[in-house]
Amino acid sequence: MIENRRWLDILTHAVLILGVAIVAFPVWVALVASTHPAGSFATGHMPLLPGGHGWDNYSTVLGSGMRGAGSEPLWRMLINSTIMAVLITAGKIAISLTSAYAIVWFRFPLRVVCFWLIFITLMLPVEVRILPTFKVVADFGLLNSWVGLTLPLIASATATFLFRQFFMTLPDELVEAARIDGAGPMKFFRDILLPLSRTNIAALSVILFIYGWVQYLWPTLVTTDPKFYTVVMGIKRMVAVAEADPQWNFVMAAVVLAMLPPVLVVIFMQRLFVKGLIETEK
Amino acid sequence: MARIQIGALRKTYPGARADTLHGIDLSIEDGEMAVLVGPSGCGKSTLLRMIAGLESVTDGEIRIGDRLVNQLEPAERDIAMVFQNYALYPHMTVRGNLEYGLKNRRTPRAEIDARVTEAARVLEIEPFLDRKPQALSGGQRQRVAMGRAIVRKPQAFLFDEPLSNLDARLRGQMRVEIRRLQRRFATTSIYVTHDQLEAMTMADKLVVMNAGRIEQVGSPMDLFETPRSLFVAGFIGAPGMNLLPVEDLRASGADLTGLPGTTSVVGIRPEHLLPDATGAWMALHVTVDAVELVGSETLVHLGAAGLSAPLVLRQPGAARLAPGMPLRVGLPRQHLHCFDAHGLRIAQDSTDPALRELESRLDALR
Repeated sequence: MIENRRWLDILTHAVLILGVAIVAFPVWVALVASTHPAGSFATGHMPLLPGGHGWDNYSTVLGSGMRGAGSEPLWRMLINSTIMAVLITAGKIAISLTSAYAIVWFRFPLRVVCFWLIFITLMLPVEVRILPTFKVVADFGLLNSWVGLTLPLIASATATFLFRQFFMTLPDELVEAARIDGAGPMKFFRDILLPLSRTNIAALSVILFIYGWVQYLWPTLVTTDPKFYTVVMGIKRMVAVAEADPQWNFVMAAVVLAMLPPVLVVIFMQRLFVKGLIETEK
Repeated sequence: MARIQIGALRKTYPGARADTLHGIDLSIEDGEMAVLVGPSGCGKSTLLRMIAGLESVTDGEIRIGDRLVNQLEPAERDIAMVFQNYALYPHMTVRGNLEYGLKNRRTPRAEIDARVTEAARVLEIEPFLDRKPQALSGGQRQRVAMGRAIVRKPQAFLFDEPLSNLDARLRGQMRVEIRRLQRRFATTSIYVTHDQLEAMTMADKLVVMNAGRIEQVGSPMDLFETPRSLFVAGFIGAPGMNLLPVEDLRASGADLTGLPGTTSVVGIRPEHLLPDATGAWMALHVTVDAVELVGSETLVHLGAAGLSAPLVLRQPGAARLAPGMPLRVGLPRQHLHCFDAHGLRIAQDSTDPALRELESRLDALR
């Protein structure tokens, strides 16, 4: 595209600005609402400029939680969400690295069957198999536990496939050179495969962390103990208080806080992320 | 330092109808450079990979030194291999690449450093030791790959078409370089290539392979001067030997007296054709098709009624010939290679000695 006309520039900018506005406006509203006192959001006149109660709102939500909603303080939920997201990320990467390694380089009986079994799980996300999965987790006595919260979300094929694709681009000679250099399977994995997958792992971590962070349905089902509440669940509980108007200022403060970690992860991992998705270093 | 012996080695890939290698017997002496050459698919790479331990042995045996290595892992065979695409570890520095095999063998640190320094000096890659392979040119990467083999001080070097990815000029340099290093370390080496020039210039022992069999083994000059079969005759030498079916010769009116009775194809190298044969014993009337001036020499393509393939004549310097010129080329008797209907060489002394005597006198007179 070497079209270079003034009105076209203006048009493209207009479209882009409109798009940004559509995406950013709700975020702005949340930010503004989190800085106003309790009632001002429910009056029908939505303020569009920040108010002066930001500090109060945030410290209340973070520190003591909302009175009457029976909820935990938000810092607790933030920690829970972090633990869950990190466990899911680490678990998924570990399991998919090893399974992709096995599928690409080992010739074992039923290899093709294993491959297809993993492939099929692509079509069965947690939401589809939620009842049987819940039953299994409940029967193992894993309700209200970190294992129950994360394990069913760890088993999935997407990451396995990404790693498989990457491994298959590595030249056979590299594996053979390592064999001649005396690297056994474990050594090859540790000394050569892991360092080469570094950028891929980083890129996947970003995606998986956010995937883990925004989980809502599964944590809602398997946790009844407030000790395990995650932030996304917490927001829902804040909105659905019985016999009272939701306290929007607190809810919005919680929303803004919940958005922060994924934003930070993306900002700080962005370079690695892009590198991991485009770079073919061989 | 070791002798490599291969006995009745066969390879059949699972599910394949035919064998890839049909019983290879080969012995490579200590310190010798053996070059395996042949067209693609002839099994030369398979043979090399079986010696390296990267392919399993269907039948037969491979001995390196005194050890039978059929069942050993590549790392246990004490060999080093240089690959066509170098296969350097991209995330390691050059130093890391050189050290990796030694570290895995638990070589003491001081020894590793000494060997790496030595190899880097010999290969002149000292300035790059702390760079990643990505930052190196093709020739430099090739040196690092060589270095990785050298530091190990193995019993044998195996080369799998190591120069194919380099440009022609660099290939010429590296050819000499590899040969120099191989001599210096006096390590038994097996070198696979499809380039007959590489094969001719580098080999102590040249092994020509075709369709899973060894066609001929010998010194490069042996193979050049007395090819055992039509295949070797056509493969060794560039441009290739002119191969003329006897019927074609007869059709073009050549005098065939004195050729062994079983001859079916006559071969002659381009440099042995005589461009203006007044008194030659066997001559052909041809026309010049094309003239290729290479600078130091001229290649003349010749055609004639009755000949199915054009003849190539090689002359030093610039030949004063133009397309369309008629010519009478001579085929001197002592330079003819005769092959029978099976494509096998017919021993030259089966012809009348008196005729050869006469022919060489005629040559001397010209």
